[in-house]
Amino acid sequence: MEQTKKCALAAKAAQIRLDILEEVHAAKSGHPGGSLSIADVMTYLYFEEMNIDPAKPDWADRDRLVLSKGHTAPALYATLAERGYFDTAELPKLRKIDSFLQGHPDMKHTPGVDMTTGSLGLGISAACGMALAAKIDGKNYRTYTIVGDGESEEGQVWEACMFAAHYKLDNLCVIIDWNGLQIDGKITEVMNPTPHDKKLEAFGFNVVVADAHNFDELEAAFANAKSCKGKPTAIIVKSVKGKGVSFMENQASWHGTAPNDEQYAQAVAEIKATM
Amino acid sequence: MADKIATREAYGNALAELGEKYDFVVLDADLSAATKTGVFKKKYPERFFNCGIAEGNMMSVAAGLAAAGKVPFASTFAMFAAGRAFEQIRNSIGYPHLNVKIGATHAGITVGEDGATHQCNEDLALMRTIPGMTIINPADAVEAKAAVEAAINFNGPVYMRFGRFAVPVINDKPDYKFEIGKGVTLTEGKDVTIVATGLMVSMALEAAETLKAEGISARVINIHTIKPLDEELILKAAKETGAIVTAEEHSVIGGLGAAVTECVCGACPVPVTRVGVNDTYGHSGTVPALLEMYGLTPANIVEKAKAAIALKK
Repeated sequence: MEQTKKCALAAKAAQIRLDILEEVHAAKSGHPGGSLSIADVMTYLYFEEMNIDPAKPDWADRDRLVLSKGHTAPALYATLAERGYFDTAELPKLRKIDSFLQGHPDMKHTPGVDMTTGSLGLGISAACGMALAAKIDGKNYRTYTIVGDGESEEGQVWEACMFAAHYKLDNLCVIIDWNGLQIDGKITEVMNPTPHDKKLEAFGFNVVVADAHNFDELEAAFANAKSCKGKPTAIIVKSVKGKGVSFMENQASWHGTAPNDEQYAQAVAEIKATM
Repeated sequence: MADKIATREAYGNALAELGEKYDFVVLDADLSAATKTGVFKKKYPERFFNCGIAEGNMMSVAAGLAAAGKVPFASTFAMFAAGRAFEQIRNSIGYPHLNVKIGATHAGITVGEDGATHQCNEDLALMRTIPGMTIINPADAVEAKAAVEAAINFNGPVYMRFGRFAVPVINDKPDYKFEIGKGVTLTEGKDVTIVATGLMVSMALEAAETLKAEGISARVINIHTIKPLDEELILKAAKETGAIVTAEEHSVIGGLGAAVTECVCGACPVPVTRVGVNDTYGHSGTVPALLEMYGLTPANIVEKAKAAIALKK
């Protein structure tokens, strides 16, 4: 990837991280850890990968993203706002009574949200439905879905994987956010769903592993997914929960906790220092 | 009332017949022979998608299809639709109000020999709690087909309840019309109203005949749409007859009886007695034996109708 493009994406990702922190700080609740872990992937999807038009959020032929790990809505909202789906001034209203930014994504009220999600395991199935619809209608739009590594403990995730491979949904790209942590601790200690690569291969997926915070690797992984025919692709992105904020990184306790004023100031300073 | 046909049979036939006129797809969870979606599959294999024994996934897949503009019918037994996949229906379909049609067959006690695990007497109660869900429980084959077409032409989630057991065709008049949310007065009466749904409707007509012979004038209303309930028709009956008995092949908790009671108690309180499954599980057996055992007969309706009348002030 060209250096200038890479720098532009990095700058955008940093801004999205600032937005995420602003959202959860203002809301005094929400999920910063998993939002920060997917910030670079979200940036790559919405600013590089997906065929979309923010002026036409309901465009029938657009690529779609289903945020199956719906609790990381702050990352989705920040990305959509930065991409121009709605005003960034809406972001601090997250979770407030007069806001269209619900605690978990609501497709009916937030421009650019392609599927209502939040209850884990359901989003990936809905993404399968969208990919199947494209096949039925002979359309070439693609469907992306981001699934948490902890979320993969839900049985429905594997029902969906079976379905995706059975119907050869090569227009579906499942991104597993492998940050290794869930609310109660390490995923390998709470209820070990690994190894994702071998399991997904066994379920009939083309499996790619990439660094969630490296745009070159993301570019290669998404290109691989697009070129793979006859089966769905899973990109396992190795991420750092809380990425970019030193005291949040790799800490399960930051899964669903908002920073206080002091922590927020420090987090913002750390992100800004990288810009 | 000569013909007897199961509403699931009518459902499969309707899908196959309407498949030519309307662009919809059908999902099933390895029960296409029993739900009768197999009839559609045979005619339109390219529009039929088996989801295997994974009902939760099927409901969310249906939601995704609808979000992408398709009109999916998702079919399985009522137990595994409303029961197992309740949360998928609530969160993937109901909350975003997606245009998914759920065809739930083998509802109620008349599943018969398979017994309690498969006899879903709770689906109407479960589905009623979902905001914006339309719930249709057809009384016979004619109504089942009409419900399928009405559901296709309706934009929003619809739960349709079909039975395994063959039931008499009662809506065989040429002027029969089906409208979602509109109850049908089958016989006029002034002493009591029998509000029935599904296979209990034909029994309600029998019960009214029995009551008539005893000098009691019973009105019979067919409520095919459990939600939204035709409150106007129910309240009119409450005012004019002063007593109601409900009849449903479903738990007395949360279904038609509950809906009617909730309707009248706040606007025109009159005695309401309920015929239904009395807060218990099913049992294996033949359908006639089960209907007898669980108190779902014309005689039970007669008895409860008299009880309602006796409660009048």
